[in-house]
Amino acid sequence: MRNPSASGDILVLGEVRSGRLHRVTLELTSKARSLADVLGGEVSTLLMYDRIDRDPRTIVHYGADRVTCVRDERLRLFDQEVQSTILSFVIGSTGPGIVLAPATTSGRTIMPAVAAMVGTGLTADCTGLEIEAGTGLLLQTRPAIGGNIMATITTPDDLPQMATVRPRTFAVPEPDPDRVGRVEELTLPDRCFESRVEPLGHEGSSGDDVNIQDRDVIISGGKGMKREESFRLLRELAELLDGGVGASRAAVDNKWIAYSHQVGLSGKVVAPKVYFAVGISGSVQHLAGMQTSGLVVAINKDPEAPIFRVADIGLCGDLFDIVPRLIEGLRERKGVSG
Amino acid sequence: MQIAVLIKQVPDSDDVRMDEVTGTMIREGAGAMINPLDLHALQEALTIRSSQGGEVVALSMGPPQAEAALREALALGADAVVFLSDPRFAASDTWATARTLAAACERTGPYDLILAGEKATDGETGQVGPEVAVMLGVPFSTYVSRVEFDGCGSVEVSRTVEDGIERQKLPLPCLLTVLRDINEPAMPTLSGKKAARRAALTVQGMDSLGLSPDEAGLAGSPTRVRRIFRPSLARNPRIFKAGDIEEGIVALFDELESRGLIDEQGPS
Repeated sequence: MRNPSASGDILVLGEVRSGRLHRVTLELTSKARSLADVLGGEVSTLLMYDRIDRDPRTIVHYGADRVTCVRDERLRLFDQEVQSTILSFVIGSTGPGIVLAPATTSGRTIMPAVAAMVGTGLTADCTGLEIEAGTGLLLQTRPAIGGNIMATITTPDDLPQMATVRPRTFAVPEPDPDRVGRVEELTLPDRCFESRVEPLGHEGSSGDDVNIQDRDVIISGGKGMKREESFRLLRELAELLDGGVGASRAAVDNKWIAYSHQVGLSGKVVAPKVYFAVGISGSVQHLAGMQTSGLVVAINKDPEAPIFRVADIGLCGDLFDIVPRLIEGLRERKGVSG
Repeated sequence: MQIAVLIKQVPDSDDVRMDEVTGTMIREGAGAMINPLDLHALQEALTIRSSQGGEVVALSMGPPQAEAALREALALGADAVVFLSDPRFAASDTWATARTLAAACERTGPYDLILAGEKATDGETGQVGPEVAVMLGVPFSTYVSRVEFDGCGSVEVSRTVEDGIERQKLPLPCLLTVLRDINEPAMPTLSGKKAARRAALTVQGMDSLGLSPDEAGLAGSPTRVRRIFRPSLARNPRIFKAGDIEEGIVALFDELESRGLIDEQGPS
């Protein structure tokens, strides 16, 4: 049975990275809004930063009743100990029934620490969140065993119920500029900033390294690409569709592309709007990493390749003939001169 | 330096076949192996041992067959292993797993450094490492792709995150979860394999760890699996071959257009 003292309030951990408000903050705030409406509770979004590129009030327009800003120079560089302490402090002082956080490297680092500090459960990488009728429990649905099975998980007896959600799982709605909410600066005691971790620095990387999990379109290449140079074709296609380049394990093992691009059980699990599998036959370990994608396009010369069974559109032929035709055709449609 | 490595046995995803009807994995007959990221954690521990001296202890919680993962750790060069197996550990969630591993670290330690893979390839939560650290009261870092010792009781790490590399310094003892980029795991040696086969493994259960039944296993797990179901992956493949390729490309472009992915930029 549910703890009767459970609050219907939801706390969202927002993300500000290098001064930029991450759009997942808006995705989670608006999702939290729809859940809180069922529970009759309030949505608070917590931001920790030293500088920010948008007015925190914007978050109110996406569904927050309250935006709590912890603004401090000591938050310039990521410190998991400080951020975990602050989140625990805010949970302790506001008593939310639910805490949602982005499944980014930061969220996935802070949340388990906070779950252990607070002594409650945590569900990683949820793709579905609902309130159960009758109990009011948060139903947390996530892919298990590499997306072959979905599991719905609850935290029945402990509070808060905590979950992380991958960016782009939930849509960002149109903002409502008339929505009213409070924006408050929270001044915390110095002990919240005490840390055994000493952040030393941050070196940015080039745009090419954008996490493919954040892409709407992914063009992945496999063994059929034959060599490193042919990934240029995929990059060209990806650029035309504002997408990222992925790869099968075979391509990564051949050192044609870095591991950070690997899609599959031993790499990243992705679910873009459109997934291209180019020269990828479709091992179970690869399929498990992409089969929940929106539109799946397979390009392969082997008509028996398993990838065709999980594809919406299959182009069976030589990729070195087909991909250039796609690039050319897209340029024409977009009116870009090649 | 005493180094603990937390290891999980996972199903070998290369071995796993798909049930064509149900769309689920057929685990029967599939092999099991050390979670690939944990192999990188173990390798890092062995590398640190060779420069700093000390001992590497691999710890794993799992059903009786998970013993194989610890024998593999021995074959790879671990000095000792701690096997945590008890029917009452079954159905542990990440919190209960972390509680059990933390208790084992306390019983068999103290350790200067605790290493684990960033996540396991089956559960994919990445939660156990940070939870163990908090339960042990030690600082931690995640997504570590490089570790350096300054010889003054602290460690400098590089974390690979979405927009680059973060560098941090942590005092020992601490816990780190590592990425694949950190090193290239070595193969087991013949002598290591022989020793691993002969080694006697002692098993620790709930009682020997001093855990109460409500701290571990299902009873100690804050989360419950309410329902398991197959995602609907119904697709109706339209396959275009040879002379039909052009038709397929047009069909594809129409799909992309309907998703708003081809915006006209006008003639340039």
